[in-house]
Amino acid sequence: MIPLGRPQEILLPVPTGLIAVTVLGALLVNLIPLPAPAIEMRPDFCALVLVYWGIHQPRRVGFTMAFLLGLAMDLVDAGLFGQHALTYVAMLFAAIVLHRRVLNFSLVGQSLHILPLLFAGDLIAVAVRLLAGYELPTPTHMVGSLVGALLWIPLCVLFRLPRLPKAGIDRV
Amino acid sequence: MEASPPPFFKRGPSPAFRLGVFALLAIVLMVLDARFGYLEPVRQAVSVILYPLQQVAAAPGAVLGRISGYFTSLTTLQHENAELRTHTLKQAAALHGLEALKRENTELRSLLDAKPQVAPDSVLAEVLYAARDPFSRKFIVDKGLNDDIQAGVAVVDSEGVIGQVTRVYPFVAEVTQITDKDQAVPVQNARSGLRAIVFGNGKEGTLDLRFMTVNADVQVGDILVTSGIDGVYPPGLPVARVTSIDRDGAQPFARVSCAPLGGVDRRGHVLVLTSKRDLPERPAAKESSAAKDKKSTRGGS
Repeated sequence: MIPLGRPQEILLPVPTGLIAVTVLGALLVNLIPLPAPAIEMRPDFCALVLVYWGIHQPRRVGFTMAFLLGLAMDLVDAGLFGQHALTYVAMLFAAIVLHRRVLNFSLVGQSLHILPLLFAGDLIAVAVRLLAGYELPTPTHMVGSLVGALLWIPLCVLFRLPRLPKAGIDRV
Repeated sequence: MEASPPPFFKRGPSPAFRLGVFALLAIVLMVLDARFGYLEPVRQAVSVILYPLQQVAAAPGAVLGRISGYFTSLTTLQHENAELRTHTLKQAAALHGLEALKRENTELRSLLDAKPQVAPDSVLAEVLYAARDPFSRKFIVDKGLNDDIQAGVAVVDSEGVIGQVTRVYPFVAEVTQITDKDQAVPVQNARSGLRAIVFGNGKEGTLDLRFMTVNADVQVGDILVTSGIDGVYPPGLPVARVTSIDRDGAQPFARVSCAPLGGVDRRGHVLVLTSKRDLPERPAAKESSAAKDKKSTRGGS
């Protein structure tokens, strides 16, 4: 299965530790306290990292991890227990289903795929909350997803770094 | 085109199946949490696991705050110091009067054979972060079960009531602000003595005084203080100021908006009032609703 349009890159295999570290890091970034206006703009880093691994290593990230991560986020957000879990599991599913398609695009094209995915996650959260009797959030809440889609490009570059083949290894 | 994988590549159940299982699990969790509240022990456990992570995440901000605090200019501090001094003087004068009044009050109360009022104990807590949830108005403070904080106690600042502790974990507690949707505070109009309930509406900086009849004795600028009849908030704490009243004769109730007095959204430190008042047992649910009816008719007349 060689992606069309751009040459297949040969990268080092992903150590499980890297996935764990990035997911924990995302959780940590989500936990950083921010003042109120910035909080609305903050993308959900956990969702973004989860989608990244869902697309790049669909066999390596489990739904169990997405689920537990969601529960942790629910606790942090003081929200309904299980809401983030549902969102993350659904987003991971979408990422796994889309992974063959998305990787054929350039980074900009990929981020255009990520945008509706993040929006869909937002929509699930809104739907769940409406069913539970809460009110609609302010529209600025959706800005977070937009920022998240933009962050996809630096995220891809960053996560590729530890997987680049070591210099000189093929010249021996 | 991909053929289905050979049987020796074990892949387990398909993603769709897993999605279904986990989505179902999540929905069950949500229903259990929203409808029955069975999940408190689970929350407590996850909270303990997450606590160190939260501390790590909050550390850079705390360090930055300390650094910026260090560089606060001397003049600002001197200015603040002078201001605080005059403030203390003013309060000391008021306090002398208060001492006399307190003594008088206890004497009168003992004459009347009424229960003495308890001054609430309080714990100073630091606001760790505001919950990221865009649907609710909550924040997390750095004191929890270890500091004798119980769910349900009131949270105040120097200006007035901020909210109520709604969930307690071992090291942190979750405070729901009074502006949260449907968070209710029983209040009394400090001018007219009229009792009412003030509700949050989920918007920043506004509260609704609901179920006030069109001719109720409320004026713009009235201060609402806690009435204390709920047994949660100690009586007499300032809550809100009435900002606008819309008396439309066609509606059964006047639309009264208020602004909270406490710095609901902008405090770094808050006081958690830890002591609960020992009140007589609550009457059964049916009786209490009857009492509520009585109260509202009295308020309307």
